[in-house]
This record gives sequence, structure tokens and C-alpha cells, in this order.
Amino acid sequence: MGMNEIQGYASFFMTIFLVIMLYGYIIHLYRSEKKGERDYEKYGNIALDDEITSTPVEDKSASERYKEENK
Amino acid sequence: MQSNAALEYDYSLAKKFTFLTILFGFLGMLVGTLIAAQMAFPELNYLLGEYGTFSRLRPIHTNTVVFGFTVSGIFATWFYLGQRVLKVSMAESKFLMVLGNIQFWLYFIGALLATISLLFGVSSSKEYAQYEWPFDIVVVIIWVLWGVNMMGLIGIRREKALYISVWYYLACFLGIAMLYLFNNMAIPTYFVSGGLGSPLHSVSMYAGTNDALVQWWYGHNAVAFGFTVPIVGMIYYFLPKESGQAIYSYKLSLLSFWGLMFVYLWAGSHHLLWSTVPDWMQTMGSAFSVVLILPSWGSAINMLLTMKGEWNQLTDNPLIKFMVLASTFYMLSTIEGPIQAIRSVNAIAHFTDWIPGHVHDGVLGWVVFMIMASIFHMAPRMFKREIYSKKLMESQFWLQTTAVVLYFTSMWIAGITQGMMWRAVDEYGNLMYSFIDTVTVLHPYYAIRALSGVMYLIGFIMFAYNIYKTMTSGKELTEEPQFRTPMA
Repeated sequence: MGMNEIQGYASFFMTIFLVIMLYGYIIHLYRSEKKGERDYEKYGNIALDDEITSTPVEDKSASERYKEENK
Repeated sequence: MQSNAALEYDYSLAKKFTFLTILFGFLGMLVGTLIAAQMAFPELNYLLGEYGTFSRLRPIHTNTVVFGFTVSGIFATWFYLGQRVLKVSMAESKFLMVLGNIQFWLYFIGALLATISLLFGVSSSKEYAQYEWPFDIVVVIIWVLWGVNMMGLIGIRREKALYISVWYYLACFLGIAMLYLFNNMAIPTYFVSGGLGSPLHSVSMYAGTNDALVQWWYGHNAVAFGFTVPIVGMIYYFLPKESGQAIYSYKLSLLSFWGLMFVYLWAGSHHLLWSTVPDWMQTMGSAFSVVLILPSWGSAINMLLTMKGEWNQLTDNPLIKFMVLASTFYMLSTIEGPIQAIRSVNAIAHFTDWIPGHVHDGVLGWVVFMIMASIFHMAPRMFKREIYSKKLMESQFWLQTTAVVLYFTSMWIAGITQGMMWRAVDEYGNLMYSFIDTVTVLHPYYAIRALSGVMYLIGFIMFAYNIYKTMTSGKELTEEPQFRTPMA
């Protein structure tokens, strides 16, 4: 098998892998919203309520949230 | 909250980059219009000796609109919306302000010198990457400064969730950094040859088919990460903010983002269909280009659906018109591109005027419209004055929309005519037309394109005048408008 063919197969399998990842992400988004773990749509308000004095939509980083949830 | 009472967003950098956006936009479009006229009337090539020829001016047109106009627009909007969606002021960090100012001056001087270098014929001869190595180094420094500034601002933010626009600006930063570095890898010949030739000259590290592949991986993705990603970032902020409507589906915006990131980088080889690059790579380029419709339309439809129930705003707010039309042109050019990337269509379209037609419905209709709309939205907030004239904005909109339609329709007809004539053979298999036959047939379409260029340029001057008058004599505002941009 020549280098060209190896590259071709590598590209094909990587594409399959990335497709699975992308679909996995869609499922993850909808599932976590359905379970009530996250509300993604609230982030849309970041653009609308963007005064420097406005209360942040989320005032804790993802890692801080994770730590709290897993105490 | 006491400490925040006196705190305000600092728009000084956004203003400076806005001025550059207008300056480079005017220069780039002026040269573009001139070279369009040269295609129709070749005698215009001899106005300024060697400095006025099509070959000298074309790189100036492309580089000025890409690295001058668009990049300034990206910086201007970042220094405006970056603060707002992260809820932190640039003024809160002296370091970031100093860094931003260094970035601005280095960029301004660097961009002017780089443009002059092209005028004098200093070029590495790679399309959209003509700047010679010293300018490439300056570009890299500017980009790193911007990156540090962006990460710094993200680091001190109050709003912990990164709004979708920030994701797009980050992708723009990372994408261009990677593409620009790899494609511009070159050896300065003067230093390795012991002082022979010009110190500015360099030779690319790639050659032959590899060079073509790297070049079009760069070329196509410069469109992706310069003309698409940051502009999507802009519309995701400015359309919801101007209309007062949150994004229709935030989940769709996330999904489109990752889809775009995943697919775009693989589509570049569609520029090399029917060439010497491996066959599977050409097929991959075609296939990924067609798949690219999904994430592109995902964003565009999300934008149009954001206006759901609020379509009345389209009739009474010209800024919404600009943004909705930009979104529509985004849809048009992202369906047109994949069609051109299909092998059989490409056999006709490649090397014809349909290609610049495609580029310009994307750039004039989507990129420039969106950047102008962003500046119109920012101006009253930055200068604390109402937009000088709504009427002027309306007239500009219709003039430029007509110009874009004239541009792409004339180039569609010209391109397809050209493609069909090049491949036409008689009953004995001989070519029916010589090259000059096609040029003669295409002359009226080239003239229409030149006319559309003049119309678009006039529209841009109207835009610049409106912003200038807004700054200097617009009615003063007592408080910052929340959503809809006030205009007289």
C-alpha cells in the first residue's frame, strides 16, 4: 500500500470519527437540556443585556460549576 | 456594584480601527473599480506607467480589502463587542490598552508599507499571500498582539459563559494564525546566497503540487476564517442587539460552529480539481464543499429565524435591511460555492469570470454589508450621537444592492459563456473559438461589472460621509440606546 492510499484511508476514517463526534455533540446538547442540567438558550441573552453593570448570565466558570456539582 | 458605577466601556480602539476600516475600504474598492474598468477598457492600464497596470494593482485590491478593510473591521468590532459580551471594559487593564495601541499603530504603518511594497512590485507571487517575508513577520506580530489582547480580555471577564460571537473571533484568530504561518514559510534568498539579489526576495518552502495544495488550503480557508467566521461572529451579536431579539436557537449556533470548523478546513482542494493533486483529495474537496452547505445555512437560517415575528423591522429600520440582506447573500454564496466545487460544473466554471462573480456576491453582499452595518450600529454608541441621515443610508442600501446584483449576474453570464466557448469543438474535434473571440463577446459584461463597481464605490463614499457627519454633527444622545440605532 502506497503513501497515497494510506493518506486516503486515514482521511476516510478520520472523517467517520469526526462525524460521530459531531452527532455525539448534538445528542449531548439536547440530552443535557432535556435532563435539566443546562439551559443553552439563556446564553442568547448575553448579547441583549450587555451593559457593564448588568448581572452576568453566568458568573461562574465551567470548572467552578463542575466542582460545585460534584462536591 | 459601587465600583462599577463609574465604569464605562472604552471604545477608543474600536474607533481607531473603524477609521482604518473606512480608509482601507475606500482604497481597496477604488483600486478594484479601476481594475474592473481596465478589464473592459484596456487602455486604462497605461495611466500610471508600470504602477497602474492590472498586474500591479490586482494584488493591491485583494490584499487591501482582505488585510486592510476586513481585518480592520474584525479588530474594530472585536474591541467593541468583545468588551460588551464579556462585560468587562478595556479601561480596566492598562496593559491591554497599551497592547491594543501598539497593535493599532504597528498595523496601520505595516499595512501602508505593505501596500506600497506591492505597488513597487515586491511580491512573493502567491495569490492572497503576496506580501514578502518582512511584512509577513509584521503580520504575525500584529496577530499575536491581538491574540494576547483577546485572551487577556477573556481572562478578566465578568460574564463567565463565552457568547457564541467570542467563539467565532477565537476561531478566526487561531485559523488565520495557523494558515498564514504555514503558507508563508519561505527562505529569504539574500541571506542564504551570501548577499545576492534583493533582501526582500524570498522563495517558498514548498514546490509543485505540494505548493499548490498548501496555497489553496490557505486560500480557501482565508475565505473561511477571514470572510466567514468573524463575520458570522458579528451578525450573531449585531442582529440580535439591533432587533432586540435573542438568537432563534443558541444550540443551533453551537452546532453550526463546530460543523463549520469540522468541514471548512477540508474543502480547499476544490480549487485544484482536474489538476495533478491526488484524485481522492479532489473528491474529498468536492464532497466537503457540498457538506459545507449545512453549517453555513445553519447559521444563516438561524439569523433569519431570529427575526421571526419581527419582520416589520425590516421595513422601518435600514440597518436590519443591511443585515438581513447580508445573511441572504451569505446563503446565496454558500450554495453557489458548493455547486462550483462539483467536478462537472467546475470543468466549465474554473478559470472563468464566474469565480470572481462568486467571490464578489459573497464579499460585497455579505462581508462589506455586515461590516458597514456593524459600524452603523456602533457609531451612535461610540460617538454618543445619532446617525446623521436615515435617508442617505436607505439610498446607499439600494444603490449597493443593485450594484451587487449587476456584478454577479454579469459575471455569471460572462463566466458560463466563456466556459462554454473554451470547450466548444466542431465536428472534427477542433476548437471553435480562439481566446480573443471570448474576450470580444464578454466586453459588455465587463463594462457592466465596471459600472457596478462605480455604483458600489459611490455607495461606500455615502457610507463614509454618513459616518463622518454622525461623528461631527449628529444630534447628541443623552444616553446609550439599548437596541435600535437612533437615526435622523
